[in-house]
Amino acid sequence: MKLDLLTSLYVFMLAAFIGFEVIRRVSPLLHTPLMSLTNALDAIAVVGAILLAGEYHAHGAMLAKTLGTIAIVAATSNIVGGFLITDRMLKMFKASGPKKP
Amino acid sequence: MTNLPGLDAIIEITYLIATALFILALKWLSSPTTARRGVFAGELGMLLAIAGTLLHHGLEYKWIVIGLVLGTIIGVPLGEVAMTAVPQRTALSHAFGALCVTLVGTTEFYLRTPDVPRFMMGVLSLEVILGSLTFTGSLMAAGKLQEVLPQRPITYKGQNIVNLGLLGVAIVVAGMLVAHPEKVQLFPLIVGIPLLFGVMMIIPIGGADMPTVISLLNSYAGLSAAAMGFVLDSKLLIIAGALDGASGLILSINMSKAMNRSFTNVLFGAFGQQQTAVAGKQESRPGRSATPEEAAAILAAANKVVIVPGYGMAVAQAQHKVRELYDALTKQGVDVKFGIHPVAGRMPGHMNVLLAEADIPYDKLLDMDEINGDFPQTDVALVIGANDVTNPAARTDASSPIFGMPILDVDKARTVMVIKRSMGAGFAGIENPLYYLDKTLMLFGDAKSFVGSIVRELGGGHE
Repeated sequence: MKLDLLTSLYVFMLAAFIGFEVIRRVSPLLHTPLMSLTNALDAIAVVGAILLAGEYHAHGAMLAKTLGTIAIVAATSNIVGGFLITDRMLKMFKASGPKKP
Repeated sequence: MTNLPGLDAIIEITYLIATALFILALKWLSSPTTARRGVFAGELGMLLAIAGTLLHHGLEYKWIVIGLVLGTIIGVPLGEVAMTAVPQRTALSHAFGALCVTLVGTTEFYLRTPDVPRFMMGVLSLEVILGSLTFTGSLMAAGKLQEVLPQRPITYKGQNIVNLGLLGVAIVVAGMLVAHPEKVQLFPLIVGIPLLFGVMMIIPIGGADMPTVISLLNSYAGLSAAAMGFVLDSKLLIIAGALDGASGLILSINMSKAMNRSFTNVLFGAFGQQQTAVAGKQESRPGRSATPEEAAAILAAANKVVIVPGYGMAVAQAQHKVRELYDALTKQGVDVKFGIHPVAGRMPGHMNVLLAEADIPYDKLLDMDEINGDFPQTDVALVIGANDVTNPAARTDASSPIFGMPILDVDKARTVMVIKRSMGAGFAGIENPLYYLDKTLMLFGDAKSFVGSIVRELGGGHE
């Protein structure tokens, strides 16, 4: 248990560094799609909500099902809406005509 | 994690692949040429992770499916909003993300109590506090951006003390819960107080500060998700949350630099209103003005033109007219570029999206740092609906409230043209000496119709 926790902290730290390095390279041109994409990715929290709503709970089943389902709805709408709008935005970014090499 | 039985191993592997795809998604987003591949990678990773989760043994699918279907029904229209509405949509999605995290955290607490380990209780508190303040804060931000709430900042004496006090109480209660996780009755406090704090935090914030606020809320949403990853021992969630948190943090820092705010100022959400700026000497000094015909003649004679759009352009819905102007000038051999200030829209990068939507090629959209060196060689700088971000007082006048704020150096161009409704001071009530320079021509009128008239003079447009 203790060791798992430490591993998790390492994972967090490394991910934060990767995040900084990767995202620093994103051109300001794309900062809006960046935010909507990270927002969609962040909705991976749906995984936790799915387990809450679907797993068997000896007590508190009602609570877990209700709140878990609402959480799934919230996260899924972010996933669907987030990817849709990011792609719609990126589709609009076009380079200027054939003049460019 | 010893001796994973087969199914669990498969699930873990889907998570591992999803993690790699998420990182690739952000990496590919760095350039417009690969960005759409990034979205695809993200989608694939998400699909894998969800499929993997559904493989878990002994799940009852009824409510899961209902949730997924309902979420999709709500999500599709949220993915199809107008580009001008993207900031409020983004704020709303931060609220949804935070809602999910808060609900899961709350449920986990009640399922696990009374034996929640100390550290677990700590992260759980962090998850729930960040989640609930982001939830109401983002709803408020979305409301202000959608203009269902007053955009005007509402301030009162001792506001910061009240706000920090609220947050302080929440943290103290969280501390008590860490010490005594069995005190279940305390838990509603670390949800309720941050919910209130989220509202109070956004009340004093005006429209111009929205880019910073949205970025900050983005960061909070990410961090709360990462905390949830700790609680559920999900590496995938920790990584996704950390990436989102890092992204939000970078954008917040960018925005605060662009607004000339210190970073601590932003971190604590104390978006101080220095807007008490002396809006004095409003007496109308003469500025030179010009008609659309004159403006068109000058533009047509130029070699290099830089257009500086501000949010005023988007408010006037003038971006498509601006594209026609771009086309007309380009056809005449004029080199036209756009200089974009980081806070030109209502969220980071918003102006680029609005111009891209109007079919302006992205390689003509240049960031402040890229374009500033070009102004001395620019024949005409055309400012449309921007004010403070072009105010040379930020460079020269130490007594100006915006002194030190990075600006677009339009005053270094040979001729400056400013499309504006009137001579009045800008959003922050600060007078702009740019308008009184000898090289400046004021083009009074509505951005959309004025640009339209110039286009007609140049013989372009679709009429």
